[in-house]
Amino acid sequence: MAYNMGFWAFLRRDLQLINRRRGEVASPLIFFIMAATFVPLGITPDSELLKNIAPGIIWVMALLATLLSADSLFASDYHDGSLEQMIISPQLLVMPVLGKVTAHWLTTGLPLTLASPVLGLLLSLPTAGYLPMMAGLAVGTGCLSLLAALGAALTVSLQKGGLLLTLIVMPLYMPVIIFGSATAQYSIQGLAWGGPLAVLGAMLAIAIALCPLAIASVLRLTTIN
Amino acid sequence: MNWNWFYRMGSPRWFYESTSRWLPWLGILTFVLLAVGLVWGLAFAPQDAKQGNSFRIIYLHVPASFLALAGYFLMATAGAIGLIWKMKLSYMVMKCAAPLGAVLTFLALFTGAVWGKPTWGSYWVWDARVTSMLILLFLYMGVLALQYAFDSKDVGNKASAILALVGTVNIPIIYKSVDWWFTLHQPATISFTEAPSMHPDMFQPLLVMILGFYCFYAVALILSVRVEILNRERKTGWVRNLVKQSTDKSLGAEL
Amino acid sequence: MVAEPSLLSVKGLCFERDDILVIDSVCLDLSDGEILQIEGPNGSGKTTLLRLLISALAPTHGDIYYRGARLSECRFEYLSNLLFLGHQSAVKMTLTPEENLNWMTGYSTTSEELLAALDSVQLTGYADVPCYRLSAGQQRRVALARLLISSAKIWFLDEPFAALDNQGVKLIEACMQGHLDVGGSVVLSTHQPIAMNAVRHYSLVDQSSQGVN
Repeated sequence: MAYNMGFWAFLRRDLQLINRRRGEVASPLIFFIMAATFVPLGITPDSELLKNIAPGIIWVMALLATLLSADSLFASDYHDGSLEQMIISPQLLVMPVLGKVTAHWLTTGLPLTLASPVLGLLLSLPTAGYLPMMAGLAVGTGCLSLLAALGAALTVSLQKGGLLLTLIVMPLYMPVIIFGSATAQYSIQGLAWGGPLAVLGAMLAIAIALCPLAIASVLRLTTIN
Repeated sequence: MNWNWFYRMGSPRWFYESTSRWLPWLGILTFVLLAVGLVWGLAFAPQDAKQGNSFRIIYLHVPASFLALAGYFLMATAGAIGLIWKMKLSYMVMKCAAPLGAVLTFLALFTGAVWGKPTWGSYWVWDARVTSMLILLFLYMGVLALQYAFDSKDVGNKASAILALVGTVNIPIIYKSVDWWFTLHQPATISFTEAPSMHPDMFQPLLVMILGFYCFYAVALILSVRVEILNRERKTGWVRNLVKQSTDKSLGAEL
Repeated sequence: MVAEPSLLSVKGLCFERDDILVIDSVCLDLSDGEILQIEGPNGSGKTTLLRLLISALAPTHGDIYYRGARLSECRFEYLSNLLFLGHQSAVKMTLTPEENLNWMTGYSTTSEELLAALDSVQLTGYADVPCYRLSAGQQRRVALARLLISSAKIWFLDEPFAALDNQGVKLIEACMQGHLDVGGSVVLSTHQPIAMNAVRHYSLVDQSSQGVN
């Protein structure tokens, strides 16, 4: 039996499930774009000022949008017993977990990355910043999804888990946003932006290696007791 | 190798009874160290050339910061021991270390703000160390919130232990990131929390205070854990005997 | 002649949660082709015991043996050979019965087999109706269809008769009998009497094993 059997099965299943509820995919994306509109309204529409803070704003919005959608990662599986089945299946639990997180990234992080140029336009992001911004988001949202899954696993059995999830995950997000935002800022300042991107890549590598293990042990703990 | 001593340490009763013997002495030592350190630092150490008397707050700020960080690692280690060896006492230590560490982190942030106002003109500056301390406070709060969120105490303990371990792995990453972020953004001319190179006359009371704070942490933690043990084991024979003895004593004193 | 080790053997199983001993020194035996009913009033720990048996929970003391080998040594074989149907059926509401069965079997069964299984549980023609449009009993039957497709040796069923009408109850009993006839075993927890032959009982209240009724 192949080690990665559970991965493709759950990736396919989750994509199928999300396909049935397409509205749910749209909400983080719409939040992303609309919330970024608040910035010029609340701060200033002056493009000279906006272009300094544009990368940061986009990153903060991406972060918030990911947190919004994190709650539902394991919630429905917990309530209808699929999580229980995942836990007692003979395969490694990390594979289904990775499959689910990948499905989440494909339907949250990737759309955010692809929609970020629109926000760049709205927030006067300088031209040099577009490509690095997208590259950084593509890699960084992977980290965000993995860490959000960890928070979701810890709070899946709780009633009002959403707020606690945010509290748990926020400190872990800080390095990601620091380097993610720096990727675009470096490019805008004319520096080589490969450095921060490489650090983001390293964080993603560590997260892919370690988060599923932590998530699996947390799921075994909180699902069945 | 004989690991009996390790497993014996996992017995709450053994912990309670052996700490009963030497805790008062540690308490006296703590009081002495803190009293000496405070008086020496606040009253007798020489004034700083640049900051005048306001620098004296470091005698509280620096020890609190050290212990806030050390306390987190202690909490995570206790959690790890509990997860691996399933020792209940270890979980109790983790549970008690969390609020203690959170309070110390808050104290570090507060004293930092008090220091900041006369020195740099504002209560809050986003420099590397302060930001890292703030994130540490959030990490503590996460562990605390998780502990009490579950109905089952066992699940709550294990979940917080896992979260504390995840936080431990992240702390070096976070600290390094914030450090890097700060060098990216700070204007090169001003450096905020670079500790002034200290004259030995100022440094010695600081050492005393650090030691005093470590002892204080130990005393506070042990006292907390003792209460937790009494609470958990309240149905066992030895706790009932203890309660009976102390009630008899106080009744005897009344008569 | 060495006696063949029984399929499943439990010795001195204990489980403690929050300082309460929920399961205390349970000893059980299960052989091929046997059906074991775990009895007890609500709250006596039937679900906990089942979860311990499927190794979803780790016992505080005691051991479970699968064909003579300790569970920790043969987890993969054991888990590959068991099927668990809990209170919740793990049926996703937004998918059709066919899609549900597809993911439950890891996308490794052909469409004909899936449809045949749905036929056996009297869900013919519902194969492409989303499950939220089916009644509770029909949703349970989707989970039952999974039992029929799988080749697992041991079935663990937690309150399988809940929310089923008489027809559904008969259907489950027929499925179980079919499984027993081919040498499979069933462990179930229920307080309803089962209209089948040769059911062994284990009572969690007085922890006695009674023989065949």
